[in-house]
Amino acid sequence: MSGDRAWSHFRHQADVGICGEGATPEQAFANAAIAMTAVITAPQRVRPEQPVSLHCTAPDLELLLVDFLNAIVYEMATRHMLFSRFDLSIRDGRLDAIAWGEALDPQRHQPAVEVKGASYTELEVSHENGHWTARCVVDV
Amino acid sequence: MRPLQQKSPWCWELAAENEMRVPAVIYADAPLIDAMDEKVLEQTANVARLPGIVQASYAMPDAHWGYGFPIGGVAAFDAAAGGVVSAGGVGFDISCGVRSLLTGVSASDVEPLRERLAEALFRAVPAGLGSTGTIRLHGREMEAMLAGGARWALGQGFGNEADLLRTEERGCMAGARPEYVSAQAKKRQRDEMGTLGSGNHYLEVQRITDIHDAEAAAAFGLRVGEVVISIHCGSRGLGHQIGTEYLREMVLAAADFGIKLPDRELACAPINSPLGQRYLGAMRAGINCALANRQIITHLTREAVRDILPGASLELLYDVSHNTCKQERHRVEGRERELYVHRKGATRAFGPGHSELPPEYRAVGQPVIIGGSMGTSSWILAGTRESESLAFSSACHGAGRAMSRHAATRRWRGAGVVDELARRGIVIRSPSLRGVAEEAPGAYKDVSAVVEAADHAGLARKVARLEPMVCIKG
Repeated sequence: MSGDRAWSHFRHQADVGICGEGATPEQAFANAAIAMTAVITAPQRVRPEQPVSLHCTAPDLELLLVDFLNAIVYEMATRHMLFSRFDLSIRDGRLDAIAWGEALDPQRHQPAVEVKGASYTELEVSHENGHWTARCVVDV
Repeated sequence: MRPLQQKSPWCWELAAENEMRVPAVIYADAPLIDAMDEKVLEQTANVARLPGIVQASYAMPDAHWGYGFPIGGVAAFDAAAGGVVSAGGVGFDISCGVRSLLTGVSASDVEPLRERLAEALFRAVPAGLGSTGTIRLHGREMEAMLAGGARWALGQGFGNEADLLRTEERGCMAGARPEYVSAQAKKRQRDEMGTLGSGNHYLEVQRITDIHDAEAAAAFGLRVGEVVISIHCGSRGLGHQIGTEYLREMVLAAADFGIKLPDRELACAPINSPLGQRYLGAMRAGINCALANRQIITHLTREAVRDILPGASLELLYDVSHNTCKQERHRVEGRERELYVHRKGATRAFGPGHSELPPEYRAVGQPVIIGGSMGTSSWILAGTRESESLAFSSACHGAGRAMSRHAATRRWRGAGVVDELARRGIVIRSPSLRGVAEEAPGAYKDVSAVVEAADHAGLARKVARLEPMVCIKG
């Protein structure tokens, strides 16, 4: 974790590892999603103006993280949007989220790269002493 | 894990141990082996554990840490022996590949036109995140594109019959099943036809600097001092979505098939299972999407260049795909077998005499196009006969990253990279300066070392070296 941010990137040779942390799995997931936005652009450049609903179900938290990130990738690709805030709840293997963002503006956002998908590489959702971590590598 | 055994200066092997069914073989010289991430050997060995794998799990000289398979990984599976097809073994960017167009125009004539060319190409070919093409595909047209590939594109007026003869699969991958591609994947592609994408995708104007094999160069139409134009891109959002969805389904189904995955990213299904067959049908549709996409970009390139280089032939040299699983016949221990060859970040490299090759290349072998980075060389190689026994007729695909994107942005700034390359006579256009920094030439391995290793190992032989003059970076 660099500095005191709740999200970070970790090294992967060809692509990028993303990591979110928090006191709850929801916070860790939301921060992992912000880390994914940061692969593309500085999250603070993305105005959280327009809400988009996301729903996923999966048999475990790790698969749920990949599903959640891939749902965001899909919305970014088909709506031509970027997201910078995520409100979510996780219960019994179901994730419901509102992703807040705005239409992509290439001039202002200067997007570096497109995220093709979230992978199962280095995938981990763990908790220790009440602190949750959610991480995986995304393909760019 | 035991250390690698050196079999020759360019071949290293990890004998089958524990749950490995076959050895892991890496083609590289000692410095490339030393520089390789330790994950490459681990991933190559993991692939060797998959059911039905034949002969060995291979890594090419440009191999680097990937997902499940290393990037630069090659593995063949026999359906009759319980072999599998792996969505992870193909990857997200299905049929990402490169094609090169000959111009017949000398670099000295192009030199003063570089800025004009860069502007025209940057305007003509949509590049970068969120860029869209002018073609909108829905319903039956989408299905027709997924079934027809580059042949479909020809029907829309993008190219000519000669292009198809110089594209793998004659421009149309047989066995594509558009009905196995989800509505989500199709939606993701509806306005992305004819777009370059981002990351390491590019469109480059290149000068031929050296010829290493006169006979093959003559057959390929390559002459020192002339210019070629190369296009690197893939199946865009559709391929990414197919990869995402089938990877998930295969992860969940692996236990039902009795497959123990050493890494979830190696998610696979038996070839002779309904899931395996559905994936193959969808993945082949993804290949067609990539072939159609590169064909449309070829048309846009020809249109953009026509007025600036009126004498340019813009004839297609060849089109190769990197991320595929293809059904091919190969000789294994003296017996011809039908195999499903996964190439993940590797190029098919058929040798002389192969029936798949266009007649004009049959005597010298298949053109193998190796992309470099913005500031370094690219290469044209030719397939060899011995490549079949070495790695199911496969070779490297590019330089391979030496440094993560994060490390690259800490070391370079995009504007600085553009200025430095301009001083060296290379004109860059990109929608994103951060993207340029992440793709800085110094972030990649020395492509020439990779090509030397491929040549010495016998995977493919050097034909021509190219240097960039103009690069449109996605």
